Amino acid sequence: MSEWRLYEVFVRSKHGLNHKHVGSVHAADNEMAMENARELYTRRNEGVSIWVVPSETITASASDEKEILFDPSEDKVYRHASFYKLPDEVGHM
Amino acid sequence: MYAQMVDTGTKRLKTLEEMSPEERDFQEKVDAETKIEAKNWMPEGYRKTLVRQISQHAHSEIVGMLPEGNWVTRAPTLKRKLQLMAKIQDEAGHGLYLYSSMETLGADRDAEIQKLHDGKAKYSSIFNYPTLNWADMGAVGWLVDGAAIVNQVVLQRTSYGPYSRAMVRICKEESFHQRQGYQILLDMMREGTQEQKDMVQDAINRLWWPALMMFGPHDDESPNSQQSMVWKIKRKSNDELRQMFIDQTVPQLEFLGCTAPDPDLKWNEETGHYDFGPINWKEFYDVLKGNGPCNRERIDTRRKAIDDGTWVRDAAVAYAAKKQQRAAA
Repeated sequence: MSEWRLYEVFVRSKHGLNHKHVGSVHAADNEMAMENARELYTRRNEGVSIWVVPSETITASASDEKEILFDPSEDKVYRHASFYKLPDEVGHM
Repeated sequence: MYAQMVDTGTKRLKTLEEMSPEERDFQEKVDAETKIEAKNWMPEGYRKTLVRQISQHAHSEIVGMLPEGNWVTRAPTLKRKLQLMAKIQDEAGHGLYLYSSMETLGADRDAEIQKLHDGKAKYSSIFNYPTLNWADMGAVGWLVDGAAIVNQVVLQRTSYGPYSRAMVRICKEESFHQRQGYQILLDMMREGTQEQKDMVQDAINRLWWPALMMFGPHDDESPNSQQSMVWKIKRKSNDELRQMFIDQTVPQLEFLGCTAPDPDLKWNEETGHYDFGPINWKEFYDVLKGNGPCNRERIDTRRKAIDDGTWVRDAAVAYAAKKQQRAAA
């Protein structure tokens, strides 16, 4: 319900994998957010671990910042292994 | 389809030249199949249409629990009862996935639910029909969830990211619903008494046409479809989806050993599709306007659920505050 806080839910699907955002729930407190997330997002072995985070505490990049944030990485081809051509004789590196 | 006749607020489609630079940018993204996310710029009409469609879809999931809830205490065996409860819980989950994706558009869940309770928001016409015998649970799972699947599989490719992801999740769970429904009918037809077999045919007779109406009016009677298709909120037209559903369902119907209440239903060698008879659109619009057999009952039940649950929500808030106080002390 809207009078309750909104939480974002992250689920680790298997041991060894990272948590992934799956959606959100409303809850009166953290504990209830966890219970609601479990009921809503893991009814069929979807996960082994859940994080719930109050939505208002997340700082997100804005869509109009996309160029400022991500363009600089595009012109640095030398950061990729494929930039460095090696003779075939060297073999796999 | 769980969302019927969603108003897009557009009378005429704009050409790329007529659009503002932002709008053009947006449309080109959509055309290139790039998903639109909550923080991206979007035309106000797109946002409003999505809120209408997703909330209507969510309301349908929630109201859709009611005809099935009717049979929880009447299920013939414990196994069937457990299956039915699992299905109903899924519907609640689907409603919540959808409300959650709707909220990313800045809409308020309580406000949208209030619109439903005030009769200002729609939900699928199908849930205004009663579930009169146990075979209805089979027919609802098979036909109603089957029709929903046809629609929702296509909606996985809808242009709005959060809606599309909710659809992916829902589709994964939905096929259990359809299979459990079909199996109920199959068991009744294979092992049932004549009376039970008659129940199956009776359920199909009553739900066949309403299931076909779920896809909404014919394409030429569906003024909002065009804009929704350009925005790629909708990916296939009402008639296309309806035909897909009929084509896949008739062989299953024949396998059951049942018939559809449509004398015109027959395979057309030339088109490679089934032909079918005229749909009673007057009935469809009547139900949509609130005059179906169960409209009032459904909304009354929803209102009562919210009202009767007030104390639970109040208690949860009070308890959360108390816990916080204790932790601070």
